[in-house]
Amino acid sequence: MSRQSNRTTDSKKMNSELFTLTYGALVTQLCKDYENDEEVNKQLDKMGYNIGVRLIEDFLARSSVGRCQDFRETADVIAKVAFKMYLGITPSVTNWSPAGDEFSLILESNPLVDFVELPDNHNSLVYSNLLCGVLRGALEMVQMAVDVKFAQDSLRGDNVTEIRMKFIKRIEENLPAGDE
Amino acid sequence: MFLYILPTGSVAASVVRKSRSVYIVKFANPNKGRKIDMADDVLFEFLHMEIVSHIYKDQASVGGMDKDRATCVSTLEGMGFRVGQGLIERFTKDSPSFKDDLDVMKFICKDFWINVFRKQIDNLRTNHQGTYVLQDNKFSLLTQISSGKQYLEDAPKYLAYSCGLVRGALSNLGMDCVVTADVSVMPSCKFQVVIQKI
Repeated sequence: MSRQSNRTTDSKKMNSELFTLTYGALVTQLCKDYENDEEVNKQLDKMGYNIGVRLIEDFLARSSVGRCQDFRETADVIAKVAFKMYLGITPSVTNWSPAGDEFSLILESNPLVDFVELPDNHNSLVYSNLLCGVLRGALEMVQMAVDVKFAQDSLRGDNVTEIRMKFIKRIEENLPAGDE
Repeated sequence: MFLYILPTGSVAASVVRKSRSVYIVKFANPNKGRKIDMADDVLFEFLHMEIVSHIYKDQASVGGMDKDRATCVSTLEGMGFRVGQGLIERFTKDSPSFKDDLDVMKFICKDFWINVFRKQIDNLRTNHQGTYVLQDNKFSLLTQISSGKQYLEDAPKYLAYSCGLVRGALSNLGMDCVVTADVSVMPSCKFQVVIQKI
């Protein structure tokens, strides 16, 4: 009967493999559909954006985190709550710019790239670019325009994976037409 | 020690050991306290929805080709097939081999379905001649869509990937088959597996 408990921890692992494998199948399909890596990166970012605008609602519903006071708090919530909740990892927040509007998330491990190796002819493919889109879309829904990109990628030989996030501006609430 | 199946059909439990070696099974309420676990099921659902939307949106624009609905379905099914093959390998590497086809189908209905869709198949029927019908009354990829009749026509788009998953899983267990899915009342659906005898 103790096998039952093994089964449930296995099921958590199995589910993460389902997500990882599905993501891999998606990237493979995109590489087949589009000739160049830049186009694939763009598509991944767009898809990530669409996911992000919905994921933020799920996140806010599950985590009951209140409004963040500043960008530093946002960074902490992203790293310690959101990443932990969805991907089971806690990246560290470092490399703050002097103006406090840019920081890096350092991921020691990236669950998306389990079982993945990049072949040689895809040197400019940013495999996990979906994450950038997700972060961008989610933050846009809480009135923050940000620029997100990968600075280092463990799939391409770097030691760690680094995501650089830059705050661009606060998005004003859209006024109803007629108030312009 | 026993394990309850929650009424929603999801099995989520952890074992808490008390000092006198009495095992108590604690249940993770699916609606709260999931913060520390990886919320994979949600991630997969979002990703799946986006993949379906992307494949269909892309219809007209990829290389000028006129992708029709059948191509979209087969693209999705092909993706599911590869993933299903991979998943079943990981999942059964330590289990003993199956006695016969029915045993395999029962495995798919219970363990495989629980791991992928967080619940068991509700009803398995067979004609004992190679055709199986798996009925899921609350298919997790359809529950997000409103259950009236208006989206019935679009529902099969969301089943193509899962058909591929099942076909891939069975293929790596040595059973070549054709898997189709059918929705008559949302969110319940039926998967039909027809084993191909060479």
